[in-house]
Formats: sequence, structure tokens, C-alpha cells
Amino acid sequence: MKQLLVFVKKEFIQVFRDRSTLLLLFGLPIAQIVLFGFALSNEIKDSKVVVVDYSKDEVSSRIIAKIGASKYFDVERSLANADQLEAAFKKGIIKSAIVFPASFADDLLHTNKASIQIIADASDPNLATAVTAYLTQIINDYQIQSGRAVGLPLQIIPEIHMLYNPELKGAPNFVPGVMALVLMLVCTMMTSVAIVKEKELGTMEVLLVSPFKPLYIIIAKLTPNLIISIVNFFIILLLSSIFLDLHVQGSLLLLTLDSILFILTSLSIGLWLSIGAQTQQAAMTSSLMGMMLPTLLLTGFMFPIENMPLPMQWLSNLVPSRWYFIIVKQVMLKGLGINYVWKETLILLGMCILLFTISLRKFKIRLQ
Amino acid sequence: MISLSNISKTYNKGQITALKHISFSVDHGELFGLIGPDGAGKTTLFRILTTLLFADEGDATVNGFDVVHDYKQIRNCVGYMPGKFSLYQDLTVEENLNFFATIFGTTIRENYALVKDIYQQIEPFKNRMAGKLSGGMKQKLGLCCALIHKPDVLFLDEPTTGVDVVSRREFWEMLARLKKQGITIVVSTPYMDEANRCDRIALMQKGVVLSIDDPANMIKDFPQKLYAIKASNSFQLLQDVRNYSGVDSCFAFGDALHVTFRDSSDQNMMAYLYTKAYTDVSMEIITPSIEDCFIHLLKD
Repeated sequence: MKQLLVFVKKEFIQVFRDRSTLLLLFGLPIAQIVLFGFALSNEIKDSKVVVVDYSKDEVSSRIIAKIGASKYFDVERSLANADQLEAAFKKGIIKSAIVFPASFADDLLHTNKASIQIIADASDPNLATAVTAYLTQIINDYQIQSGRAVGLPLQIIPEIHMLYNPELKGAPNFVPGVMALVLMLVCTMMTSVAIVKEKELGTMEVLLVSPFKPLYIIIAKLTPNLIISIVNFFIILLLSSIFLDLHVQGSLLLLTLDSILFILTSLSIGLWLSIGAQTQQAAMTSSLMGMMLPTLLLTGFMFPIENMPLPMQWLSNLVPSRWYFIIVKQVMLKGLGINYVWKETLILLGMCILLFTISLRKFKIRLQ
Repeated sequence: MISLSNISKTYNKGQITALKHISFSVDHGELFGLIGPDGAGKTTLFRILTTLLFADEGDATVNGFDVVHDYKQIRNCVGYMPGKFSLYQDLTVEENLNFFATIFGTTIRENYALVKDIYQQIEPFKNRMAGKLSGGMKQKLGLCCALIHKPDVLFLDEPTTGVDVVSRREFWEMLARLKKQGITIVVSTPYMDEANRCDRIALMQKGVVLSIDDPANMIKDFPQKLYAIKASNSFQLLQDVRNYSGVDSCFAFGDALHVTFRDSSDQNMMAYLYTKAYTDVSMEIITPSIEDCFIHLLKD
């Protein structure tokens, strides 16, 4: 045990003596937060929409049919009343909802003027803006067409309502993404490089030819990275709280525990990458190329996963950050509890155990 | 203490042969030298004995333990200093020694007596980063780290390569002192002149052991008389001597040529050289060095 502690201490000394790495470690999250502060564009395709129709008349059903017929939307189902909307949104399947008030048809008939409510999930602000714009456009089209038919100008006024993120701030969406990206990169890169460094220097040979258990080598290598990544996690939370006015809505404990789980998963990937690599450069490249692209593309924070071709969607299931991204959005932005993220947590836990076991078994206690 | 029987090893799926049927044994308390140029297979042999590599065939034991099955016991009782400088460059001298002492489950204080002679020489630099030490000091620190847990067997892979002459001599004196403490030492070196420091040596070339013996015996068994021929124009001399029909072998050694003759001795050599108009030429019988033995063995 004392051996392990001394090894961990040595790792810390080495990390803190390497100023450039240290700068990278803690500079990365700050740089990412600044960089990703800019909006990212999104495309809408078959977005799920829910309809609450209190009016139940010819006009409302025509509008619903028109929305359903467009390539942008799928009418998921109709709900009896608006109270069920909240639950539907929290499940995360639907991105928007349309509510026709009871007086919709009457108003339109008698005053040529009626309101319609559009509600969008704005935790992804770009998506929400786009969805509402498209819905408004469809309703406008209908207005013009039917107005011509009756010979009177009809006026349907869409009232837009943004859920979760009414000011359409970009931060809520990219902060979970940055968290997933930074933790993933830092963990895999640091771990793979730390182990390959020993191989490259030849110190691994000496460590192996010692009574020190190989498992301890792994634990000693992972511990500083785990602690640094947890610190990084809190730095990101602090930065977004202070500068982006984005606070953790749900349980901080749940978010922290899930983050630690994600960090451990990433560390296991780093360990895995280090086994094949012979040089620090190779380890760095494989963790950058192998982790950065899938994390950026398949996590869902740059490009919505539902818009991807099916094979890509299947592939995205293998990316741990995808599940972590959902957890952070649910817990941090929507303030939901464990009963909404237990599935994602279990998936992460499974991935973590699997990856760590593979790495442990593949870790070479010899040079070949 | 150490025994190898019929050890072979290839790399790249058999394309490169590193070791071919190596068998020898090292006794308890012996200072055993593996002597050979780069690529002779010395490092591979060390890695097999320190349980870092599997041999393709053959068996080996260290301190009675099998290198494949009992690797944990071997890792407990040997000290190993790889050829590449294998200490943490970004830790200080003292931190390195402390770290390795702890990893091996001991403390500097416990075994200080063992490393004292060596450590005292680098102690003035104990707060310096290991990466900033000179070559000789690095090797001394490496030796300290390999010794700190008082191993039964010490494996040193080219500890004097890239080290200045004075430090090399000091290093060998240290090994002689360690030997007196009963530690079995296996050391490799490409420098033939260091062979005399060992109790026994194995001359290696291209994965084959050419000869194993006490260095003095090896020199005694040199089958021919060896002559040193000197002249001021040594390049021209080499050409001329090689062209002489009675010459068996002729190699440049520093400023002299080491020559053997087919008929053991050849008195006509000097006369031949005088006809070539050498004025300052000299020829004398000399005692062969290990390098002469090595070259002789290579020829066979």
C-alpha cells in the first residue's frame, strides 16, 4: 500500500513538473468553453412533434395534416390536454408541441384571427429556433392558401414558447458537450501518454522487473488523472456558473457521480490505447484521432443524432460520451433525477467495466 | 545460480534470429561478462533472464526459479539495469532512489551500506534532476537504484556504454566490491578491454556464443603466436602485410597491426618489409587480448 502511495505521489510530482502539459490540461476546458460559445447550425428532419387539439375542428386537423405531410416533421401523437406535455418533453423524444386553443375555430370563423401555441425544447437552442421557424412557415402557408379560397385574409398568430431555455442561450447546449469532450480527451490522452512514456524511457522494464504488482502500476497511473479530471469537471461547472450564468439544475451529487463514471470509462480507453502504442507520439495521435472525431461527431451536441443515417446512429451508441452528454443535459439543464438517467448510467457503467477489464487483461507484464 | 539450456529467440515471426541455442551457467557469486558487439543478442538474453521476454525454445532458471513459470519470484530477487538510461529524468537523484527503494519494498536507510560507496559520489547532486546528470553519474545512479533492494542477482546491460574512461574504471571497481558481498553479477559490454575484469566471459556474435571461459584461459588458449607490426605509414603497411602470402590474419589495432602467420612464425616477414622500403618498421611477439581472441573465433 505504501508502495502505491509513493508511486501516486511520483506521478503527481511528474505532472506538476511538466508545465506545458499542465497548461494544456487546465487550459483546454477554458479554451473549449470560449470556442464553443458560438452557435452551431442544425438541420431539421422528421422532428417529432406533439399536438394538443382542444378545438378539434376542420381547420386544426388540416393544419395538423399539413405539418405531418412535410418532410421536416413527424406528428408523434395527439394529447388530450396540455398537462401531459411536460412529461412528453422530459422523455426527450419530442422536440416541439403545438396547442390549438378550444376557441380556435370559432375565433377564426368570427374574427378571422386566431392564436396557436408552439412550444419547443430549447435546451438545444439552434434546433428549437429552427423547429419553430419551420412550424410557423407551414402555418403561414396554410393561412395564405385557405385565405385565397375563402376570399378573406385569415390570420393565425403562432405564439412561440421556448421550454427550459427561454432566452435561447447557446451555453446550455454546448457546456455538456464541452464537458464530454474535455473529459474524454484529457483522460484518454493523459493516460495513454503516461504509460507509453514509461515504455519509451525504458523505466517500464525496471518497473516490471520488480515486486510491484502490474495492477498497482495501472492504479498509480490512473489516480492522478482521475483527480485532475474531477478538478477539471468542477472548473467547467464553475466557469459556466460564473461566466455563462448556467447553474446545475438537478442534483450536483448525481452529476458528479455520473461524471466520475464517465471519467473512469475514458481512463480505461486511454489504458487500452496505451497497450498497443510504442511511442508517446503514437499514443497521442491515436487518442486524438480515435477519440476527438467520434466524440465531436457522434455525441450529438454538434450534429443531432436523429438526423444521421441509421448506421451512424447505431455507431453512436458505442460512443460513451453520447450517453454522458444525455445525462448532463437531463441533470444539469432540466434538473431531472436518477429515474430519468438510470438507463444511460447503466450503459456507462457497463462500458466502464468492460473496457477496464479488457485493458487489465491486455496489459502486458512482459515486453512482448 | 543462473542456467540456460538451448535458449533460442527470433523476432518478426522468425525472420530475425536474435539467439541461437544458447547454453551456459553462472555460479553463485560470480562476475560473469557477456562480451560482444551491438546486435550480438546480449540485451535479448538479459530480457529473457529478467522474465521480460519468452524464449522461443529452451529453458532458463535464475536463482533456481524458472523464467517463465516463476517470474514473480525472479522479479523479487533480481536487480536489473537496462541498457537505455531507465530512470525518471524529471525526478531528482534522491527522488529516483527513494522511489525505487519503495517499489522494491525497502528504504534507502535499510540498505545504505550496500550503495554507500557509489551513492557518496553522486550525493552532492542529490537535488539535481536525473536527466541533467552526466553519463557516468547516470550509470552510477542506475546502479544504486538496481542495488537498493539487495538483490541476489544483478543484471547490468551495457552499464559502461557512453561513459568516460575514468568513470568506467570506477564502475568496474564498484562491481568488484559488490561481488565480494556475494552478489552474482551478469554484465554485458561491447568493450573487449573490460573483459579482464570478469571471472568468466561469454564471447557473443550474432546470437551465438563463440566461447565461454576465464579471460586468462581464453588468452592462454590462443592457438598461434601473435605479432605486432608497427610503421609510421600504417595504412600502406596494412596493404603490404595483407598481400604477404604467409600471413594468416592481419588487423589494425590502434597504431599497430596484429598479425598471425600460417606457419606459426615467419622470419622472412621483416626481410619482405625491408624490400618494400620501410625504414622504421618493427615487429614483436605480444600477448593476445580478448579482442584478438574474439577476432580469431570469428574467423573460424
